[in-house]
Amino acid sequence: MFIYALKRLIYVLPVAIGVSLICFMLVHIAPGDPLISVLPPDASADLREQIRRSYGFDRPLPIQYWIWLKNVFQGDFGTSIATGRPVVEELRKAIGNTIILSLIATLIGFFFGSLFGFVAGYHRDTVIDKIASFISVIGVSVPHYWLGMVLVIIFSVQLGWLPATGAGPGGSSAWVWDWTHIKHLILPAITMSVIPMGIIARTVRALVADILSQEFVQGLRAKGLTDRGVLRHVIKNTAPTALAVMGLQLGYLLGGSILIETVFSWPGTGFLLGQAIFQRDIPLLQGIILVLAMFFVFLNLIVDVLQSALDPRVQRG
Amino acid sequence: MTQQPLVKISDLHVLFKGQKNVCAVNGLSLNLLPGQVLGILGESGSGKSVTLKALLRLLPAHKTEIRGLIEVLGRNVMSLNAADLASFRGGIASMIFQDPMLALDPVYTIGDQIAEVVTRHHGLKRRDAMAYALDMLKKVRIPSPERRLKAYPHEISGGMRQRAMIALALAGNPKLLLADEPTTALDASVQMQILLLLRELQKESGMGMIFVTHDIGVAVEICDVVAVMYAGQIVETGTIRDIVKDPKHPYTKGLLAANLHGAERGKRLETIPGSPPLLESAPTSCSFAPRCAYTQAVCRLKAPEAVTISKNITVRCILETNMNS
Repeated sequence: MFIYALKRLIYVLPVAIGVSLICFMLVHIAPGDPLISVLPPDASADLREQIRRSYGFDRPLPIQYWIWLKNVFQGDFGTSIATGRPVVEELRKAIGNTIILSLIATLIGFFFGSLFGFVAGYHRDTVIDKIASFISVIGVSVPHYWLGMVLVIIFSVQLGWLPATGAGPGGSSAWVWDWTHIKHLILPAITMSVIPMGIIARTVRALVADILSQEFVQGLRAKGLTDRGVLRHVIKNTAPTALAVMGLQLGYLLGGSILIETVFSWPGTGFLLGQAIFQRDIPLLQGIILVLAMFFVFLNLIVDVLQSALDPRVQRG
Repeated sequence: MTQQPLVKISDLHVLFKGQKNVCAVNGLSLNLLPGQVLGILGESGSGKSVTLKALLRLLPAHKTEIRGLIEVLGRNVMSLNAADLASFRGGIASMIFQDPMLALDPVYTIGDQIAEVVTRHHGLKRRDAMAYALDMLKKVRIPSPERRLKAYPHEISGGMRQRAMIALALAGNPKLLLADEPTTALDASVQMQILLLLRELQKESGMGMIFVTHDIGVAVEICDVVAVMYAGQIVETGTIRDIVKDPKHPYTKGLLAANLHGAERGKRLETIPGSPPLLESAPTSCSFAPRCAYTQAVCRLKAPEAVTISKNITVRCILETNMNS
């Protein structure tokens, strides 16, 4: 178990290097001059050159990459071109906000997704299944930014119960778990939870239905287990695959949703990413993409290790 | 000599409902005495396994219609409530499946799965249940049982898996063991070992056993009495000796003739022409008539009654009806 985890950790290294390389290159391949946003339109060629040099954009790409990587390892992602603040600082605030939002959305989505999936799979081809499946199809297919706007129209504009935008009176850096702040979280969290809910419900339904149709379930009944006892076995059989899907979903959500965070002006990574793209803020962009990609890599690592702990058939050691 | 039968099934009908109905079992009756081994013999689709599953009420309730009486130790199985049914399964009657790879839960260890039966039916704590499970593994003579206790089903061989399945089925001390072709998925050499083991364990505990197989050679090894099934009905019952020596029903004769055991080398094997009926509706005439070499006009008109020839032998064929009237 431990050895397997270690092995997987070693495999992460080349992936991480590849990811960092792609992050770095992608931004440089994209057309457009990053300095346009900081320079006045009538700036002289001299000034332009001076600024280019101060950001290191005049050096060959491999060297830029090497310097960037070295700095990243020291926790220095450079300085945002647009705001002039260190990228790390911008990232820390945004990641904190995104984690708050996505964890809550995840909890809601996983809970209801698993619940609907289980109920639907257990009562396959009944009315209950049809209703649960219908809800999950809506969850998967409804455009979530649209859903966000509809929720804002109903609960903020019409009813006036909940605020429409922002992360509370403290702005982007002072989250507190009190009602005035949580109020701001409710609508974006619900909107965000709809996607994983739908996907997980569908996955779990298919898994449960498949497992229930296997012969060993008859074997379990034949040895005298009640429905509750059988359910325990079904859950343990469902867990490894369901977990893999959940890990992936959590990865997506932690990445922050540009659309949802923009609709609700939630100061998270998605919102920041959107801004960085529009402002051609290369250091910031690289920093965000790298961190988000790393989230994914490590989530996959955790899921793999968990899976091997839960499912004895996954190769160990 | 009237002993209370361990199992009494009378006029059992099982109908699968769906886009097409299938009348899997059509008026089956049988008795099993305590300590007796009954073989149900028949080809695929004759309703053997369905009968076994009906005995444990394992058939999906919303898709099947079951009529008739099933009694085990005088209790009506069909009217057990959920709690009694759960105690009945594994405690009074338990089952061994054809393929232990499919019948064991892949993500639980062998030990856990046996211990579950023990906690369920003997009320032991987990630690004691594991010790009990180890004893069971020793009883079925699994090599290095301590290690197998912690193994998952995919980590052991097919023969060992079936031994583990037997240990699991016997862990609740059942009075009745239902074996659904338990040797079909195994190597020929392992088959014999499993058969001998089953026979030995059955003698030792004195439990009754219903052994479903399509292989008459297997039935000869383990059964006291045999019921030959065709199209959801028993067409002939008798002791294994009588059936093998002097089969009455044309279908039984065909089965015996088609047997590989003792067949002469280089000679063409006998077969029964045609294939079993689809059973989309319950048979109203003799189901075997289309394939039978002795068919008479009356065979296609009405179903033959079961005729008791001697104390042990019952045959459902017009030839015997005529001979005895």
